[in-house]
Amino acid sequence: MLSFILRRLLIAIPTIILISVFVFALQKLLPGDPVLAMAGEDRDPATLEFLREKYRLNDPVVVQYFTWIGNALRGDLGISLRTNQPVLALIAEKLPVTIQLAVMAMSFALLIGIPAGILSAVRKGTITDYIANVVALSGLSIPNFWLGIMLILLVSVKWQLLPASGYVPLSEDPVRSITVMLMPAFVLGTALAATMMRHTRSAMLEVLTADYVRTARAKGVKERRVVLKHAFRNALTPIVTLTALLFGELIGGAVLTEQIFTIPGFGKLVVDAVFNRDYAVVQGIVLVTAVGFIVMNLLADVLYVLLNPRLRGQ
Amino acid sequence: MTPTRTTLLAALLSATALAAQAQDLRIGLQEDPDVLDPDQSRTFVGRIVYAALCDKLVDITPDLEIVPQLATGWEWNEDGTQLTMTLREGVVFHDGTPFDAAAVVANIDRSQNMDESRRKSELTSVTGVEALDAQTVRFTLAQPDATLLAQFTDRAGMMLSPTAAAAAGADLGSNPVCSGPFKFKERVQQDRIVLERFDDYWNADKIGFDSVTFLPIPDTTVRLANLQSGDLDMIERLAATDLGAAETADGIKVEKATSLGYQGITINIGNGERAANPLGENAKLRQALSLVIDRDALNQVVFNGAFAPGNQPFPPDSPWYDTDYPVPQRDVEKAKALMAEAGFPDGIDITVQVANNPVQMQVMQVIQAMAAEAGIRIELEAKEFATLLSEQTAGAFQASQIGWSGRVDPDGNIHQFMTTDAGLNDAKYSNADVDRLLDSARTSTDTAARKADYDAARDILNEEMPIVYLYHPVWIWAMSDAVEGFVPYPDGMIRLEGVSMKE
Amino acid sequence: MVAQPDPILARKPQSRIWKKFRRHRSAMLGGILVAFFVLIALAAPILPIPDPVATDWAAVRKAPSTAHWLGTDEIGRDLLSRMIWGAQASLLAGVVSVAIAVSVGVPLGILAGYFGGWTDAVISRCTEALLAAPFLILAIALAAFLGPSLTNAMIAIGISATPIFVRLTRGQVLSIAAEDYVDSARAIGLSTPRILSRYIFPNVLPPVLVQATLTVATAIIAEASLSFLGLGQQPPAPSWGSMLNTAKNFLNQAPWMAMWPGIAIFLVVLGFNLLGDGLRDALNPREH
Repeated sequence: MLSFILRRLLIAIPTIILISVFVFALQKLLPGDPVLAMAGEDRDPATLEFLREKYRLNDPVVVQYFTWIGNALRGDLGISLRTNQPVLALIAEKLPVTIQLAVMAMSFALLIGIPAGILSAVRKGTITDYIANVVALSGLSIPNFWLGIMLILLVSVKWQLLPASGYVPLSEDPVRSITVMLMPAFVLGTALAATMMRHTRSAMLEVLTADYVRTARAKGVKERRVVLKHAFRNALTPIVTLTALLFGELIGGAVLTEQIFTIPGFGKLVVDAVFNRDYAVVQGIVLVTAVGFIVMNLLADVLYVLLNPRLRGQ
Repeated sequence: MTPTRTTLLAALLSATALAAQAQDLRIGLQEDPDVLDPDQSRTFVGRIVYAALCDKLVDITPDLEIVPQLATGWEWNEDGTQLTMTLREGVVFHDGTPFDAAAVVANIDRSQNMDESRRKSELTSVTGVEALDAQTVRFTLAQPDATLLAQFTDRAGMMLSPTAAAAAGADLGSNPVCSGPFKFKERVQQDRIVLERFDDYWNADKIGFDSVTFLPIPDTTVRLANLQSGDLDMIERLAATDLGAAETADGIKVEKATSLGYQGITINIGNGERAANPLGENAKLRQALSLVIDRDALNQVVFNGAFAPGNQPFPPDSPWYDTDYPVPQRDVEKAKALMAEAGFPDGIDITVQVANNPVQMQVMQVIQAMAAEAGIRIELEAKEFATLLSEQTAGAFQASQIGWSGRVDPDGNIHQFMTTDAGLNDAKYSNADVDRLLDSARTSTDTAARKADYDAARDILNEEMPIVYLYHPVWIWAMSDAVEGFVPYPDGMIRLEGVSMKE
Repeated sequence: MVAQPDPILARKPQSRIWKKFRRHRSAMLGGILVAFFVLIALAAPILPIPDPVATDWAAVRKAPSTAHWLGTDEIGRDLLSRMIWGAQASLLAGVVSVAIAVSVGVPLGILAGYFGGWTDAVISRCTEALLAAPFLILAIALAAFLGPSLTNAMIAIGISATPIFVRLTRGQVLSIAAEDYVDSARAIGLSTPRILSRYIFPNVLPPVLVQATLTVATAIIAEASLSFLGLGQQPPAPSWGSMLNTAKNFLNQAPWMAMWPGIAIFLVVLGFNLLGDGLRDALNPREH
């Protein structure tokens, strides 16, 4: 098991180096001078030149890359051109926000997706199954930024039930914190719920035809118990793995949702940084997100092995 | 009950009421401000925060007259090369450092000499500043500068605690220390900026809140929704198209002021190779373009008629506006005649770059449709603002739709755009007479003489038209009915002196 | 008299797949939805609708009426007409970006899977690196780099979607290359290009086709997202995403401006998803 993890970690190293090169190259290719973009209406040439020097934007690109990656390895991701804040501090500040959003979205997905998946597998071929499938596909097909706009229009503007935007830290006011994030989490969760439902359904279908389930049925165990105790427990493995995998994707998926609901998280930070040409911030976030994604993938693999007794010995 | 006892009781009641609920004012901003250091910052929304955080040497009235703030009085010497200011007594910075002449000297030095400073160009005329005594400071100028006092009404005149500035250097923005009515408490990037009441403020009686929270919410619909639901008390830059809805909504009121800025189309006249285009080479075609635009219709369609159509760097209601050239009526026939005169009877094709935000895109699409009727075929090139700006500076454009947020002194709206090699002259327009007139207007302190110079320059610029001016935005604030005492200013700031919340 | 061929054996596999597909009701629904939008997009030039860029100052942001069935937009253009022309942009964006991803991704995947070794290592690491950067963030950065336009949005989405096809193809090639018949083909001295074209490629195709259909759905949403951020189709030309971008400023006064494009995106994406699902079931040799 340990060697498996180590091997996976070793493979991840070149991947992360490649990502850092990609994101760096991309930044350098973006049109628009970051210092000028920052300058706005105050464009004093001497100051602009000083800032280019200060942020080492006049160095050769290769030198810039190694300076950046060298500092990154020491835990220094540079400072934001726009606000002079250290990128690492910005990330540390934004990460809990996006994680809260991701966890809440995932909760929606699990609460809707798993029961729907089980129901649809048990009633395979019936109208229930059919409807559940169509609803799930619809969830996958709704552009979630549009869903967000529509919800703001109805729930916040027309009915004034929930706030249209904002963020309250969980530590400050838990109830309000969760209330404010209900709508965005729902929006982000719909597509996930659909994916979750479809995977639960196929996992359940596979185990429902397995021998031990048949045996249990033959022994006269109640259907409800068969489904929940025997079948679902075994279908859990792929579901748990999927959950870990989807978490990685959620961070990326939060981009537009955060934009629509003005949530000061990762996604909003990175989009604003791209538009403001705030290089250090974009580089830092993509790097951290990618590492997070790889870690989640690894975690998914490890969970898969751990939960699968047959694979454990290997 | 005797009168005295009643007042006493009332006072007691109001005191407990005050103690019971800390009054917070929540303001929705359109963007997240950049670094909160007046010497380094460059965003408009940043200035809104400073209005509550940092006092300036002088301030403006809504009519743009200059009035005391930290300086209580000032006088010029005979030839306008020395400005002597008397400073307010008993003022302290948020960290307890007293405000005096030495602090002013330190601040001007920082604005002029800190490498990161973006205020240098605003203070170029100042060659020396000295403390005559604790409350008197004297500025020495290279040549007379009519714009200096106006610069002191903005970031160049904001006073930072010299102790804090010396300690933090260029990093002051993470914890700015000024002398305004509110002091910095915390900032969560892209989420909020919280300021709390500064009890030792010299004008503390006028301050009606215990804290102010600024929340950046870029989407106008969402900003308004938050105001309607009571999550915000005030928002800046309400969309003009939401004006009708906000005016009729319960519990919300609206205030407006025509801004000092403008929006226009800058035409590349001499900035590199792209200047070789019909529009850049031919003033008659630029006049034709201006003539095909129905500025009233543009205002109606895009801004529900709430903005101010314009054709000069100053809005029509400004004292600096040249009434000899009123906002032109649309005249397609005349435009066609001008084009034929210029040798383009079959029309022209031009590319106009525009920032890819929906409002500016809408403006240009309307103009595109209007211009097509006279044979001016516009191709729109949407760019992100960052790209647009760098290509404009580099001369990689034929024409560019861009605006200016405006300055208190008229010089700020015209000199740096129209004089040869000036910093913001991206059209690279150059005319010796215009240079002379605008330089002269800048160095004169006689308002009538300045006006005459600007009018004379307008005679030339109205023919040459390096910028086709379109309209002047109107600042629109929406706020809860409970907010009292708010005064709209043409600089778009939110001044909190005298503002309070009705119980 | 010639013996009649056995009717079951004579039936081509294609028609068997078609029959299975036809039985799949939801897949048919998907096909119909997609066909409907494709037809509308193609017929846009000949339909009796107003010019999608013709403005009318007198009819700005008008609610749906008999004159304008879906209402008008912020500068008085007919929304029905813009929706129909916008279908072209959205479908094109979906199909072209997936075409880019397939034409780059499939050859790379075959290379990696068939040749293994360093080729595989390099391609796989690059794929993983691209996959680790969130799809949308990658697309936004690429679109910003290329400059806002529909073509550039398609390229950006195409590049961002490429790794999916590399990985899928590689996996497929690996499993086919291990089959006995490929071994024997190698043993009898068949050249690599022949093996690739004869055995590998045809077997890679079905799952790629399924994935491509599903990715068209994702790509259409991605194009809408980029346009929504101002990085896709540029006005005055319409696309559903850019229409939403404008519409979000008028939610209070003209909610219909935001409704139609959203519904259209939903329906066409649903169509492609249903179609992809149906194809998967039809092409899957195992009966579910």
